[in-house]
Amino acid sequence: MVTQDARPAAATGTTPEGTATAPASTQAAESKVRIVRVSLEGTATLCGAAVGALALVWVLYERVLPFSGVLGFWLCWYVVFLLFYASMARMQWDRRDVVNRVTTVAFAAAGAVVLLLVFSTDLYTLVRGAASVVHLNTWVQSLAFAGPNSPLNVGGVAHAIVGTLEQIMIATVLAVPLAVSTAVFLSEVGGALARPVRIIVEAMTALPDIIAGLFVYALFILTLGMQKSGLAAALALTVTMMPIIARASEVVLRLVPGTLREASYALGSSQWRTVWNVVLPTARPGLATAVVLGMARGIGETAPVLIVAGMTKEFNFNPVSGPQISLPLFIWNYVHIEGVTPQYIARGFGAGVALVLVVLGLFTLARKLGGAAPGELTKRQRRQLARQGARV
Amino acid sequence: MAVALTPGPPSAPSDDRPRTIVTSVSHADRIFRFLMRAAGLAVLLITGLILVFLVLRSLSAFRAVGLHFFTTSTWFINTNQFGIAAILPLGVLIAVIALIIAVPVGLATALFISEYAPPRLRRSLIAVIDLMAAIPSIIVALFALYFVMPRLLGTTAWLSHHLGFIPVFHNPLPNAPASYVGSTFIAGVMVSVMVIPIITSLSRQVFSQAPQGEREAAYALGSTKWGMIRTVVLPYGRAGVIGASMLGLGRALGETIVVSFILTPVYTFGWHVLESGGNSVTYMIANYVLDAGSKGISALFAAGLILFAMTLVVNTIAAIIINRSRSGATASAD
Repeated sequence: MVTQDARPAAATGTTPEGTATAPASTQAAESKVRIVRVSLEGTATLCGAAVGALALVWVLYERVLPFSGVLGFWLCWYVVFLLFYASMARMQWDRRDVVNRVTTVAFAAAGAVVLLLVFSTDLYTLVRGAASVVHLNTWVQSLAFAGPNSPLNVGGVAHAIVGTLEQIMIATVLAVPLAVSTAVFLSEVGGALARPVRIIVEAMTALPDIIAGLFVYALFILTLGMQKSGLAAALALTVTMMPIIARASEVVLRLVPGTLREASYALGSSQWRTVWNVVLPTARPGLATAVVLGMARGIGETAPVLIVAGMTKEFNFNPVSGPQISLPLFIWNYVHIEGVTPQYIARGFGAGVALVLVVLGLFTLARKLGGAAPGELTKRQRRQLARQGARV
Repeated sequence: MAVALTPGPPSAPSDDRPRTIVTSVSHADRIFRFLMRAAGLAVLLITGLILVFLVLRSLSAFRAVGLHFFTTSTWFINTNQFGIAAILPLGVLIAVIALIIAVPVGLATALFISEYAPPRLRRSLIAVIDLMAAIPSIIVALFALYFVMPRLLGTTAWLSHHLGFIPVFHNPLPNAPASYVGSTFIAGVMVSVMVIPIITSLSRQVFSQAPQGEREAAYALGSTKWGMIRTVVLPYGRAGVIGASMLGLGRALGETIVVSFILTPVYTFGWHVLESGGNSVTYMIANYVLDAGSKGISALFAAGLILFAMTLVVNTIAAIIINRSRSGATASAD
């Protein structure tokens, strides 16, 4: 924790006046000016405050006062650390500079806490799920022949993986055309309707997830008489994913340089030709990122599907009929609803591992796809162009 | 736009009137625009349909209890004594606690990413925030229930023991460890994990658009980095921060899974956030809709309708503020 907090701060927070030119400026006219310099006093003050606070809090928290709780310990440490750091800095520098340093440390600490949260959440699931996922049957069997107390080498989450994949496929197929069309409408067509649509799309991105499930339940199951099925779950996921993809796509489309559009119009092409042949291909990497991020968001949604997907312990490859469970729903059901035996909880964490791996995989894919800015070519495309050029 | 420019009627050279531009839109373009507009309308339509069907399904509940739905705390379906007088404010309390934590942390993180982090680190930090937004809520719920809650109990007990004279932190049974389990406070803390990425990414986008010239002007006047942020970045991003926080509020009000894992349900409203027990509309729907009879379902739909209307209003105001603060041309993709 000490190093976690101190490192980013030490890297950025030790500029006494914000600027300090490198001493080697006499060598050549074009030598680089180093703006940030790590000074000994700055680093020493930071480390001193951190260690001093740790020692004091340990003595008070663990020995003198009747406190308990790990999180409380680090919270106290952080407060004491900030106080120590501020007072130690005040002995050396003026007030303005001290405020600057303390805010720097505070912001860096917030960044570190967020990093820590992201990684510890995923890591905790991976560690706790290890007991279940080391058994191969977890990946290939359903829970059809496993009861609450069956050992972990019987039964698995494969039926939930099947459900998750099918539902996300259907939801993506339904959501992407609608979302990208909406984005094209917002950025290319515009008009009086664009403003309310943009606002509603933005508002829908933070809508309660469970409302999507309620809506599908009310419309398709109670009114149209559809069964609880994978398709109903996919429809609920579509409602949640669509605004997320639409909003991200619109941002990407707006980044396409206007000069490209004008060039296309100048060559005499119509608007839809311009969109189809210029705007969308230019924004392709960004659009791919938007779609994959939307999929990553959709795949982890529990609330929309828990009302409409139904529950089953068996394989159901048919999304149109019969209940179909998915990974998040599996965890919900066996940890929250029926979480009575350690085996069920272990299986839930096993499904959690599968879910985290899928989300991380999709996320990595999104980053790979979206590495390039609009119009920037990948290595392969550049090679291709070079080959074509050579042939001509 | 697909514009076929045809010069207007030739005018006398002395006459400085702008010529009229006649644009003719081709059939293909007309169809294209129609389809795109239809897609845009579909979004409005879906939102409208959600509202319509929630209203339709909740009618029988409202018919049964009328306006008592807003003043009853209990949830007894068979005796027609159900309402959201306790459930809704308890859920709002969770969201408020989540925001009290998420707004400072999210803003500090956004400032760190946009102002302090070196460029190479910035890209990966933005990716981490995106990843945080993509962490399934059920994973956060597992983490909350099995990892955070046992470790947070000591802290909440300490708060109650030493700050119990403040009414909010009071716990009637301060010495029973079980009286701290599943409290509104713990739920709020964990919901903040779901809200932080929204606030961070939206406010980072606004901060990074603060004009470079004014930043340099602040530095040129001898400002420190914090001075520059305080006088340039924060005022510039104020509207965006407010919008982001409101969108975060909408998200927190709708959080279902984390809340369901942690809370011990109660049906009386109380301000003692450290005390075991809490509730929210999302909790009620997620946990009871599958076992409810037709009247119970209708009651849950009614609660869902109120929640939907509330978040829609909050989110729409937030979206209007965000859209106003973000000038169209300079939106950033990452």
